[in-house]
Amino acid sequence: MDIGLVVFLPVLGAFASLLSRLKRPGPDHVQGHALVALIAPAICLLLLLSYLPRIQSGEALVYSVSWVPEIGLDLAFRLDGLSWLFATLITGIGCLIILYARYYFAGKDTAGRFFVLIQLFMTAMLGIVLSENLLFMLVFWELTSLVSFLLIGFTWSSRNARRGARMSLVITGGGGLALLGGILLLGQIVGSYQISDVLAATDTIVSDDRYPLTLSLILLGAFTKSAQAPFHLWLPHAMAAPTPVSAYLHSATMVKAGLFLMARLHPAMGDTELWFSLITITGMVTLMVGAFVAMFMHDIKGLLAYSTISHLGLITLLIGMGSEMAMAAALFHLTIHALFKAPLFMMAGIVDQATGSRDMRNINGLWRTMPALMVVTAIPAAAMAGLPLMSGYLSKKMLFSESLLVTAPHWANTLIPVWVTIAALFSVAYSVRIFHNVFFNGQPVDLPHWPPRKKPAGMLVPLFILAAASLLVGLAPQTTYDSLIHLAVMATSMTHLPLYDFSALSDAQAPAMMSFIAMIGGIVFYLARGPLFAIHRQLPEVDAKNIFEQIMQQSIRFAQSLVYRLENGSLQRYLAFILVAAIAPALWMLSSYSGWRGPSELTDLNAMVVFGAVILCLSAIGVALFHHQRLPALLLLSVTGLFVTLAFAQFSAPDLALTQLSVEVMAVVIMMLALSFLPQTSPRESGAGRIVRDLSLAGLAGAGVALFAYAVLTRPADTISGYFLANSVPGGGGTNVVNVILVDFRGFDTLGEITVLGIAAVAVFAFTRDLHLKERVASAGTAKGFAEPHPVILQMVSRMALPIALLVSAYIFLRGHNMPGGGFIAGLVTAVALTLQYMAGGLVWAQERMLTHFRPLIGAGLLIATVTGLGSWFVGYPFLTSAFSHMDWPLIGEFELATALLFDLGVYTTVVGATLLILANLGKLMTVAGPGQEVG
Amino acid sequence: MELVIAITLGVLTSTGVYLILRARTFSVVLGLTLLSHGVNLFLFSMGRLTTASPAVIGLVEEYTDPLPQALVLTAIVISFSMTAFVVVLALKAAVELRSDHVDGEDPNEDRQ
Repeated sequence: MDIGLVVFLPVLGAFASLLSRLKRPGPDHVQGHALVALIAPAICLLLLLSYLPRIQSGEALVYSVSWVPEIGLDLAFRLDGLSWLFATLITGIGCLIILYARYYFAGKDTAGRFFVLIQLFMTAMLGIVLSENLLFMLVFWELTSLVSFLLIGFTWSSRNARRGARMSLVITGGGGLALLGGILLLGQIVGSYQISDVLAATDTIVSDDRYPLTLSLILLGAFTKSAQAPFHLWLPHAMAAPTPVSAYLHSATMVKAGLFLMARLHPAMGDTELWFSLITITGMVTLMVGAFVAMFMHDIKGLLAYSTISHLGLITLLIGMGSEMAMAAALFHLTIHALFKAPLFMMAGIVDQATGSRDMRNINGLWRTMPALMVVTAIPAAAMAGLPLMSGYLSKKMLFSESLLVTAPHWANTLIPVWVTIAALFSVAYSVRIFHNVFFNGQPVDLPHWPPRKKPAGMLVPLFILAAASLLVGLAPQTTYDSLIHLAVMATSMTHLPLYDFSALSDAQAPAMMSFIAMIGGIVFYLARGPLFAIHRQLPEVDAKNIFEQIMQQSIRFAQSLVYRLENGSLQRYLAFILVAAIAPALWMLSSYSGWRGPSELTDLNAMVVFGAVILCLSAIGVALFHHQRLPALLLLSVTGLFVTLAFAQFSAPDLALTQLSVEVMAVVIMMLALSFLPQTSPRESGAGRIVRDLSLAGLAGAGVALFAYAVLTRPADTISGYFLANSVPGGGGTNVVNVILVDFRGFDTLGEITVLGIAAVAVFAFTRDLHLKERVASAGTAKGFAEPHPVILQMVSRMALPIALLVSAYIFLRGHNMPGGGFIAGLVTAVALTLQYMAGGLVWAQERMLTHFRPLIGAGLLIATVTGLGSWFVGYPFLTSAFSHMDWPLIGEFELATALLFDLGVYTTVVGATLLILANLGKLMTVAGPGQEVG
Repeated sequence: MELVIAITLGVLTSTGVYLILRARTFSVVLGLTLLSHGVNLFLFSMGRLTTASPAVIGLVEEYTDPLPQALVLTAIVISFSMTAFVVVLALKAAVELRSDHVDGEDPNEDRQ
């Protein structure tokens, strides 16, 4: 579990940093923030160091908890030589970076954010190197891309930072997707995502048909992350990040993740022709491109970025060669590169802050003002150049001697040694340049701050530590290798290896010779830089960022044009798409189906049914035909509604018929009201093509519904209603099964339905309260000559009808449980009766005499229904269990008293409130001057 | 008779679909109403159509299927409230956008 602790401690640390930042915001507390941020990484480093003895004894510690077993995802950690080496570099250099950042961000408000992000990044990176499960690792892999995005865009006000961040996210994120594909394939081949299983399945993997694809995808992920050509372009632009970020993510740690992955999978996937050619060639190209471009960079960080690319290419090349000794050289170089590149970046940051510039054409001769910096820079610069006695010298000679050993593909055996010698020559040249140019080379030119600002001596401490470590490795390579790196090499080859013999290396002639050539050539190259720079300036300038932005813009435009083609803003078109999407699959699947005619006997035709159906069809077709004339269409629509009502009545559904009838009245009234504000006709604007399209869609939809209905109706019924019929009386206490279902068996549904009704009504209220239609209504009223809006006879009759209607509704309500009726219907009848008053007397007249608080009514109804339901909890039954008893009332006779009746009262109240709220608010729009008060 | 019912349902659906594809909000409201009639009847007919056998215990010998009826009853009320909502929405759109076109502005059907 401690291994998991190492991974997740920095997350806790990030939270601690966040807290400390919230607690003490502002630029004056950077030191405190840095101390808080240092705690977690330091503990991690100590934990890792405490593991060293066990690692040295050759153990691979695996800790695993099943997480999502269905997809083979485990929370699993693995600590062996390789992951120990990486984890130690990550935490160790991380601590020094935090130390450096304490000075770099001194007096800046953004320090807190940096400390949070850097610890998050540390977790992500530790997760990559310590994961035992490949899927688990991938999560951390993507996390590094994200945090890197945030850190590159750290100063988001700068356009360069934003563009650089986006570019790196697109490239590394895209690579992450490829890697996901590769890992999924690998998991399928092996049958497990555990690294232990993968490493044990070499033969299965290499002999599988999918091996080339799997390897290519995984390498795509590794190459994009490790900035291998041609994906290296994001790294120079990532230099827009603050220097501590560049030093940590973009030279020492994150860009090594791809190398780590290759090294990790080398025992399982390596030693094939494909592995060799893919990785070696990529490494060679990257090595040369990076070294060449670095030579001509004037920006210190730019030079270091390209030199990083070049060194990453070098390590890739070594991994591609794949022999045990090449792996040893790769990991050795990887370690020392982290040790010398981080301090060089730190130097760049100090120079940048002190002089206000990073341009080496301006920065010269700093040795007078910054002698201490010069001394600590000299060692890493010499190591980078590969001068004798330095760590870089050894790794370079290791590289040379390995390159001479390559014999296999015929093109490689002379090309690689020559190639690496030339690259080393460039490397010497730019190393000399960065040191000589910055600290010597005459006088500074036009620096923003001159003399340079004083930087605190403490800022040099991390540089000093790293430089000393670098020096130490160079002086005692054998010890360093034996105790730290050899274990990692064994983990990458899965065999027991003899130790690397550094004394043999120093005796070898050829590598020393190549090294000598590179050194002399590099110095000559540097001395001849004047004319060379002039030639370089003549070369056409290629700005990768602009090209990248162009590609991005083009793909965005392409996507937009696609979207516009689908989404042109026309709702009609969307609806047509939806219908096509619904109809087309059904058409395709069912075109060959022939069982539409079921086995049941057809029932005889009934003249009344045929008559009703014909009227129904004709009126519906009439609505469609005459929809341009809106009022006639509406009248035809009400005919349709009426015949639907009759259909319900005919086919044994009295409740439905009653409901439909009252709803029909309300709906037509509402639509009439609306129509008085809308144009009376619809223009004929559909083209012939569109009408044909819509007719065919409508025809297909109708045919589908008809066929389905026919297929069902000609089959014997198989229903679950037996239960309801059997239990309606004994369980629900009512003989009207439909009502018992509504208020008892499916009472919860009904509660939902009336809630929807209430919400719709309140929404109508909200829509109409600030809608002003006065002018339009006034003109419409006079134009149509509504001289007598409220006829006297209607007024009189409606007033007399009101009590009768209310009595009827009360009767329907009370008998609902046993006979057709119930809350819904009674509510609608009441609403219709009250609506009639509005129509007859006018809104103002009605409002003076009526309750106008409809929203409380809706609320009360919902409350009654809910409380009734809750009531059953108190007696220990589930929500909405009903209780009932029968009692004899004087005069009335036996009468049933059920809690369901109370529930139905809630339904009734809600329906009345909602319906009247809708109607009164629509009606309010009619009044010319407005009713003077809000309705609802 | 089954055929007659099926054809009626098909006609209601077709006219409803055709109308909701029109360009003016009022036609869409008409179409939605027809479509909900069709849907309600369709659901209702899934319980098979029998005459003179309402699901009231003790009233008749054979009962029709009460479950689709209960479902349709609430569906009628819900589609009423939705119709009211859509009508008001259409009204508000017509007033605020000064057009009763479904897209709110352009009287031409196909905007390119």
